[in-house]
Amino acid sequence: MKKDIIISGVGGQGILTIAATIGTAALIEGLHLKQSEVHGMAQRGGDVQAHLRISSGPIASDLIPEGEADLIISVEPLESLRYFNMLNTDTGWLITSMNPYNNISNYPQLEEILNAIWKLPRYVTIDAEKVAKDQGSIKAANIVVLGAASPFLGLKYTSLEKALEKMFSRKGQDMVTLNLKALKAGKNYTEKHT
Amino acid sequence: MEKLLLLGDEAIAQGALDAGISGVYAYPGTPSTEITEYIQSSKQSKENTVRSLWSANEKTAMETAIGMSYAGKRAMVCMKHVGLNVAADPFINASITGANGGLVVVSADDPSMHSSQNEQDSRFYGKFAQIPVMEPSNQQEAYDMTRYAFELSEKMGVPVLMRVTTRLAHSRSIVSRTDKPLQQNSLRLPSSPKQYILLPVNARKQYNGLLQKQDIFEQDAADSGYNVFIDGDDKSLGIIACGLAYNYLIENFPDFKIPYPVLKISQYPIPADMVKKLVDEVEEVLVMEEGYPLVEELLRGLLNEGKKIRGRMDGSLPRAGELNPKLVAKSLGMEVHNGFDLPGVLVGRPPLLCDGCPHTDSFLALNEVMKKYSRGRVFSDIGCYTLSALPPLESIDTCVDMGASITMAIGAADAGLVPSIAVIGDSTFTHSGMTGLLDAVNNHSPITVFILDNSTTAMTGGQHSSALNRLDDIVKGVGVDPEHIHVIKPLRRLHEENMKIIKKEVEYEGVSVVIARRECVQTLARRMKLKALEKKKAKQTAS
Repeated sequence: MKKDIIISGVGGQGILTIAATIGTAALIEGLHLKQSEVHGMAQRGGDVQAHLRISSGPIASDLIPEGEADLIISVEPLESLRYFNMLNTDTGWLITSMNPYNNISNYPQLEEILNAIWKLPRYVTIDAEKVAKDQGSIKAANIVVLGAASPFLGLKYTSLEKALEKMFSRKGQDMVTLNLKALKAGKNYTEKHT
Repeated sequence: MEKLLLLGDEAIAQGALDAGISGVYAYPGTPSTEITEYIQSSKQSKENTVRSLWSANEKTAMETAIGMSYAGKRAMVCMKHVGLNVAADPFINASITGANGGLVVVSADDPSMHSSQNEQDSRFYGKFAQIPVMEPSNQQEAYDMTRYAFELSEKMGVPVLMRVTTRLAHSRSIVSRTDKPLQQNSLRLPSSPKQYILLPVNARKQYNGLLQKQDIFEQDAADSGYNVFIDGDDKSLGIIACGLAYNYLIENFPDFKIPYPVLKISQYPIPADMVKKLVDEVEEVLVMEEGYPLVEELLRGLLNEGKKIRGRMDGSLPRAGELNPKLVAKSLGMEVHNGFDLPGVLVGRPPLLCDGCPHTDSFLALNEVMKKYSRGRVFSDIGCYTLSALPPLESIDTCVDMGASITMAIGAADAGLVPSIAVIGDSTFTHSGMTGLLDAVNNHSPITVFILDNSTTAMTGGQHSSALNRLDDIVKGVGVDPEHIHVIKPLRRLHEENMKIIKKEVEYEGVSVVIARRECVQTLARRMKLKALEKKKAKQTAS
């Protein structure tokens, strides 16, 4: 088993939470892991990404080789485009939120962005904010996107649930429940739409 | 054996704690900050009272660590690569005094300049100081080598430089931790009483001692196990892979088996015998190193008349920027995969000042004052406020190094550019701006220094600022006329009022200081969140 995953978004959107959840689930399953993150200047409202590699065998590079990512998980549609070159053209899936984070003056038309995504052979586009709101809070939008990506991770769904419980238990049972619901809603969406 | 999921930076920190350090000294800088932060929040560090407060700058950090080493205890100094320029004086001289307690200097390089002004390669500083350098290739090595570096430092009696780069510093992996952490050293002054008195008569002796140790350093690099020769059947090529580059190399081969002989380098000075063994048996050599072509240049020599040496200098690999698996595959003539083309609709998203950032209000006021002057008069510095160079603010004209805003403004004013303005943050001011302000006072320079005081070291994530609650007294103490020192609160509703003050001081033909004080919105939000959480907890325990 080996999955190379790019996680992308804008600084402050919670991509490291997604990475940490997948990472924790991978450790529960006894897998190897490398996770390269962005710190520093780029975090100030700029584009951020993490390279997450999980595997049953040892992993060499901290960076995913170009054109070899199995999965792009993006919490922002424009940001999902930035890593098209990383995606494996034969097998790669792109999972992205459709909710734009518009903090630049030349943000393209959402329709143009989605049209570019819909040209890919394998994708899931989800209105994560609406789905998260239906589950109780817009704050869980990043976990909805993770849920939408969950069928492609090669991990047991229960491992992801355990990981969320571990990560959010500190913040109270309400937060755990919300995020578990968000994860499930994202998963259901993908299963219905692919 | 305990397994931990650690960033490369955190692996170094845990390695140092398990090596029995008594103190870490540092100034924040990407990608090195997380080393010290890890030690600051570590339970182990609190139990053993490991000293870990931030220093005013990298030079004070280095000197303090030298003092701790002098007293016989183990000390670590951490900084980003350009921080080592600031600390270069004590760093180089520490190689002459030597170390008593283990002294390890960590410099985190930033090839591709993700968050830096240049991509200088700290291995050259190791060569310059003529001390051993460690360059880990993964998180486990970062952990193991830190401990080894302390042992080596005490065994050889010199500081040891540890060099990492961004991708290792900020990448997580599993690290196995030792079951046997070391205890701290006890207080023990150097056995040679003159070792630390670098008068020429002593310094010459000390320097000769350092020169005599060079062969032992090289021998240790051959014996330590961190430089490894891995033989291969195909002798048409030999590969030298340094530090992180080794990972990118093996990434390209199934089961990590490489057909060519490989020399993996993680400790310097490079053992000549190991290099000779490789070079002798292959037709040509490919050198892969993150940063400058240090090893490649040594191998080629000035005349480059020996065997064919490939790498960054002949274009096999790019001359600038960090490496990655694809670049390495290309240099080996391997087929590479391409992903999908980037869509034409894609646009860049540069970093910005946060919503509600006090700097925005400061610059809006300054921009309006400066409208009536020709452009090119605002000298700035290193921090979040450097982002004001970008649209929409476009307020500043320079950013060179920590503290250069004030001193460059003095020089430009001397040249006739009056008025000249310096813009500097509170933490940068106490790092390297105070002495420049003293120059301005002694020089009676017609400059206005605009200190943006957000009461934290914001760019690196909100570390304690040495300037906190001391700024006004420092400015007065340096000798700025109190009539020309103002504290304003950068808020939209005070825009007119603030502008008037700035305008008046910009027009004044002497040294003036305007301190714009309002807390960083990020640290404020974090503080409020913590407060709310504590309140909630208190309520729960009460009921």
